[in-house]
Amino acid sequence: MTDNDAPPVIVRDLVKRFGDFVAVDRINLEARRGEIVGFLGPNGAGKSTTIRMLCGLLRPTAGQALVAGYDVAREPERVRQRIGYMSQKFSLYNDLRVIENIRFFASLYEVPDSVLKERVSWILDMAGLSGRKSTLTGTLPSGWKQRLALGCAVLHRPPILFLDEPTSGVDPISRRQFWELIHTMAAEGVTVLVTTHYMDEAEYCNRLVLIFQGRIVASGSPTELKQRAMTGELVLVECAPLGLALDLLRQTPDVADAAVFGNALHVVVPEARTMIPRLRTHLSQHGVIVARMEPIRPSLEDVFVSLTAAQGAGGKA
Amino acid sequence: MRWHRLAAIVRKEILQIRRDLPSLLITVAMPLLLMLGFGYGVSFDIRHIPVYVYDRESSQQSQDFLKRFQASEYFNVMKTVDNYQAVIQALDAGACRLAIVIPVNFSEQLKTGGPVSVQALIDATDNNTANVSISYSEAVVQTYNQQIQLEWLQRHGQARLQPPLKVDARTWFNEDLESTANIVPGVVAIIMAVIGSFLTSLTIAREWERGTMEQLVSTPVTPLELMVGKLVPYFVIGLLDTALCAGMAIWWFEVPFRGQWSVFFLSCTLFLIVVLSLGYFVSVVAKSQLAASQAALIATFLPAFLLSGFIYPIDQMPAVIQVTTHLIPARYFMTIIRDVFLKGTSLPLLLDDLLALALFAVLLTILATRAFQKKLS
Repeated sequence: MTDNDAPPVIVRDLVKRFGDFVAVDRINLEARRGEIVGFLGPNGAGKSTTIRMLCGLLRPTAGQALVAGYDVAREPERVRQRIGYMSQKFSLYNDLRVIENIRFFASLYEVPDSVLKERVSWILDMAGLSGRKSTLTGTLPSGWKQRLALGCAVLHRPPILFLDEPTSGVDPISRRQFWELIHTMAAEGVTVLVTTHYMDEAEYCNRLVLIFQGRIVASGSPTELKQRAMTGELVLVECAPLGLALDLLRQTPDVADAAVFGNALHVVVPEARTMIPRLRTHLSQHGVIVARMEPIRPSLEDVFVSLTAAQGAGGKA
Repeated sequence: MRWHRLAAIVRKEILQIRRDLPSLLITVAMPLLLMLGFGYGVSFDIRHIPVYVYDRESSQQSQDFLKRFQASEYFNVMKTVDNYQAVIQALDAGACRLAIVIPVNFSEQLKTGGPVSVQALIDATDNNTANVSISYSEAVVQTYNQQIQLEWLQRHGQARLQPPLKVDARTWFNEDLESTANIVPGVVAIIMAVIGSFLTSLTIAREWERGTMEQLVSTPVTPLELMVGKLVPYFVIGLLDTALCAGMAIWWFEVPFRGQWSVFFLSCTLFLIVVLSLGYFVSVVAKSQLAASQAALIATFLPAFLLSGFIYPIDQMPAVIQVTTHLIPARYFMTIIRDVFLKGTSLPLLLDDLLALALFAVLLTILATRAFQKKLS
């Protein structure tokens, strides 16, 4: 056991290989008490694999992970008593009633009888399921299921919580409610490690870890990342035809990057003020009709695209 | 092992079983159907062999002789024909298994004392029935011979002659020589093996298939708690099924039960632990419900059916196979259940078999617990 000031999660050079495939490649990480750390990255980047290793569900190939002061490879059972885990796929029992699921997991975590009643009503309140105690879990809407799953994962008041894409397939209002819960818990000192591929959700995190092809490509607070990652300024271009404009912009010197975002283009340039008139003329000359062109603040998605593009290029070189 | 967690698993399993009506029905219907199917379907008694008769003489004496076939419960005289062609056709078509042909001068030759040949044509595609047909026919002829000899002797003033030697046969344990009495307790054993392993073969695989295992392994539950917790409810169901089968054996098929209930209960408990753990082990390894249930059926049904002594007596098997049967838990249980039912054997004489079962129970539970890893692959 380590002292109270030690970070609840310490990851050193963690590696996971499946055959020849390197799913997680020497990840280093620390999470403080009460911190919400978001793992951001495309599917297959290694986010879930990392979370599963930290929960003691997968054996690391190399490296070390200390969770709540215990080595996940050597003492997974001690780790399990101190963490809550919510998997990507809903994994409570659909054929049990809400209250039966709660009682089942409470018993597995050996929640003492003296506090059980209070915990159960806390979970029901939190998940907004007070009137649905006897509903079969399988018949609940997905947002309610997620909240119930979260409730079951925190029944034993774990100091560390691992959430693997907790809000996939959940409507925006439920997602918001869910994140409010996470923030409440973090405020009470719970360390939360969460994976997501929703960029808007990433903004809720204190710290982000961008994972690409098994490696951490950047980390920092959302604001830090935006400032640090973008070398230059961002310009929004609404025009038609989009494809032609993209090709033209990519060939233009001084344009660091250009990418499609929804029905517009995001273009990275050294200085927006001087570049906008030049680009406007250039595009018009080649028959592109420009509806709008203005500087914008970069979103996390821009940061992510820019960083992964850099990684992809670096990988090829 | 923590009582709290174990009880939680047991409660959860019971709730799930109760909500899964089709599976619940299977646990009642399957033993019932198997019991009826095997109880009536598997019989080694050969009776009512269909017989055609070609009486070339048609005398009073030949008819008298043929009546003995008619009177025997082993034969069923279907038809009397009047030419060879009809006999051959009937054998070809499978209308009869045995055809008796009486020669033209049957009664005349009997009078002169010369040996008379009665022809028996036998369909020997099923060698067992053919063998039985021959011996039963010989038995009929034998008694007829004795009667003729007796009558001859009586006519010549030597009444009350007894054959010098006779076998005084007392059939023990199964006095009426009913194969049902032998088969039905064996069927109970086979049903227990099949149902027991089938029930648990689904439990772990279902959790993997539905994704609930991922949550379960992230909790502090131990592999032993999980196994015991999952086996307890199915053990109770297995015992109820056993009681159902045993009840049918006794009251429906009227097989005598002469042993002690305590010995029966003890042996059933051990055997259920064996088959339930086997099913659980298969479920852990297979990770898919379909594969697991099929593997469990094959792993229990075939050995229990072929190598336990259920159909083929073990002491009649080739030496290598005889040795192999020692690895089949059903072999020991088969001996015990038959002895308990028919012989009423008490505990001391069954100790070896019970110990063998206990050994398998311990080995398989250890194997099943060890096989389960709280890891995702």
